[in-house]
Amino acid sequence: MSAAVKEIEEIVREHPFFEGLLEPFGKLISGCAKNAHFQPGEYLFHEGDSADQFYLIRQGCVALEIKAPGRGAITFQTVREDEVVGVEWLIPPYRWSYDARAVEFTRAIAMDGACLRGKCEADHDLGYEVMKRFMPVLIQRLQAAQMQILDVYGE
Amino acid sequence: MDNQSVLTAAGLQALFDSLRRRGYRIVGPKVRDGAIVYDDIEGVPDLPQGWTDEQAPGRYRLARRDDEALFGYAIGPHSWKAFLHPSVQRLWKSRREGEEVAITPEPPSAERFAFIGVRACELKAIAVQDQVFLGGAHVDAHYRARREGAFVVAVNCAEAGGTCFCVSMKSGPRVDAGYDLALTEIMDGGEHRFVVEAGSAGGGEVLAELPGRAATEGDLAAAEAVVERTAASMGRQMRSDDLHELLLANLEHPRWDEVADRCLTCGNCTMVCPTCFCTSVEDSSDLAGVESSRSRRWDSCFTMDFTHVPSGSVRASARSRYRQWMTHKLATWIDQFGTSGCVGCGRCLTWCPVGIDITEEVRAIRDNPMERGGGT
Amino acid sequence: MWTLEIEPSGPAPVAAAPGQFNMLTAFGVGEAAISLSGDPAEPGRLVHTIRAVGPVSRALAQLRPGAALGLRGPFGAGWPMAEAAGRDVVIMAGGLGLAPLRTAIHRLLTERARYGQVLVLYGARSPADILFRRELETWRRRLDVEIEVTVDHAAVSDWRGHVGVVTTLLGRASFDPANTVALVCGPEIMMRFSAAALADAGVRAEATYLSMERNMKCAIGLCGHCQFGPVFICRDGPVFRYDRIAALLRHKEL
Repeated sequence: MSAAVKEIEEIVREHPFFEGLLEPFGKLISGCAKNAHFQPGEYLFHEGDSADQFYLIRQGCVALEIKAPGRGAITFQTVREDEVVGVEWLIPPYRWSYDARAVEFTRAIAMDGACLRGKCEADHDLGYEVMKRFMPVLIQRLQAAQMQILDVYGE
Repeated sequence: MDNQSVLTAAGLQALFDSLRRRGYRIVGPKVRDGAIVYDDIEGVPDLPQGWTDEQAPGRYRLARRDDEALFGYAIGPHSWKAFLHPSVQRLWKSRREGEEVAITPEPPSAERFAFIGVRACELKAIAVQDQVFLGGAHVDAHYRARREGAFVVAVNCAEAGGTCFCVSMKSGPRVDAGYDLALTEIMDGGEHRFVVEAGSAGGGEVLAELPGRAATEGDLAAAEAVVERTAASMGRQMRSDDLHELLLANLEHPRWDEVADRCLTCGNCTMVCPTCFCTSVEDSSDLAGVESSRSRRWDSCFTMDFTHVPSGSVRASARSRYRQWMTHKLATWIDQFGTSGCVGCGRCLTWCPVGIDITEEVRAIRDNPMERGGGT
Repeated sequence: MWTLEIEPSGPAPVAAAPGQFNMLTAFGVGEAAISLSGDPAEPGRLVHTIRAVGPVSRALAQLRPGAALGLRGPFGAGWPMAEAAGRDVVIMAGGLGLAPLRTAIHRLLTERARYGQVLVLYGARSPADILFRRELETWRRRLDVEIEVTVDHAAVSDWRGHVGVVTTLLGRASFDPANTVALVCGPEIMMRFSAAALADAGVRAEATYLSMERNMKCAIGLCGHCQFGPVFICRDGPVFRYDRIAALLRHKEL
């Protein structure tokens, strides 16, 4: 095993999103991982692009944005270190429904979605482990969306 | 003079005369607008002689009696709170001069009322409102002035009204405290007469001036029989010893939805209830904006405005407003004042346009309580 | 939003505790309950933050400098400042809920040495809706207090801070939940979710305090408007220990 591979496996397993991951799963997942970094203002992806990846943020801040006619780009969530960007890779048609832009210099682990989907299909134990970690992200996003729709603070 | 005496109807007129001489404004029952209401009265001829009331949930009718009883009815839509806690009470006036504003508090009323024909449940209601306005950290000066000045002539009920349940609430039909004079009207035995009992030093003084005769054993036994007959004939009941726990454990009971389908949220029950005391305040000013005043008005927890905050009404549904009224009256009133807010007078049944019966609502919940999870 | 400073005339005002409120009268219009939002170290300046939404608050907001208004107060139970001594303090504010907490924040910063870590987590609707923005920035420059602000949504051009619900800030904050007092004020739904998130983070319900909002007329527990089950917001609150009202908050429209 090369030093670079070992390093990325460590980074993946040390990221809070994969905290407590069993070693064999760590190996499998890391096989789909690579380092990525983004300059301030650089886009991770755009709405409509195919969602081939997700990102474990290690440093920096990513704004998730939607462009609304007449209102410009609206940020509806910011994602910071120790958090994850992207759930669209999990479900067909694997397409981004918003833009993601680095607000600050951002370092991340980019995970190849197709690669990890293949491994999850082949090993449902791994698939369940991954799903368990993504489900809270989805639910929290849903709950946050509910609160935002309610516009609880009013004018 | 003994503290018990027997008066005739003519003797009763002497009571009115005595009270008027003492400077009281006499308020009592009279027939008006198809009901027996409380209003200023001159004397015995104003009383609803020979009248009674037929009451049922959502129903009130006057009817002729086959005798000439003066107090032969139960109760009407009015209660004495209209005099002790009037529906509108100015609190202060202000006057602006330049940038200064001077506030003049409204002085407490100097009016001294004599209340004629106060029933046991009404005495209890007055005691409940005493607790509200006089019993806490903040004493209401307006209520206190009217209350301390009042002379109370109570009457033992000679028959139970169709919606009465005072026996269940332990507030009647016998008057037992809080009166200056208590009357029991006796129609049988050939002589229309009143057994009068003094309940205070002031009552004793007045009684001593009246042209009565000493009460005999027979008079007292007849008076006792009147109250016993009334208690025994009361058709409506509401078990009241466990209402706090029962209602607060059933705040999500489906019955609230059911009653909300019938309730018009008109607030009639809160207006006729002799203990409901909630108020709002209203400010007004002259056109120049120089003088303004603030008045306190009866309010009702059945209105949307009652709980209005910038984001809307806290109790927007009829379900929540009926639940608030009933649980406050029967349960959280105990948290607030140490007693129930209900005296079993039945007015809220009679004057509800759709005849909602609080005793029936309680029974529906008691007979089928929620298993768990509805409580606080 | 208006900040109204009142200089008392007549008798010296009773010193208000952080979290208490006054009843303010616009003569000829009416009276409204307004929380005190000033610095308790300056008791001579009664500062109120008013949202001009009803006739009374609009009339108050339109008063010219020097104009007279009526004041009764202070009323109610405020924030548990004594209990917070020696402990970490987590403040969670939503929208206008920052105003009643501002007095507590001033007190915490004035007596900074008495408390452990002090965190202020504030959620607003959008960057334009952030209250006391300059003051928040001043506080943020201090090293002995952590100030985090998040908004529900923001135009990309005018905000570089957090976007998301206020409870997400809690996950990133560092404090000792077992030795923390949490002060929460905002819309009821925000307080319910915040109290739950605090409990999830390990803060006891007995150490979590919420400030409730209801219609108030008399401010002494007698007009009935602010009744909340067995308690009255004006008299028993507006600040309540969470465990004492948690069961009540589960009932809609109580």
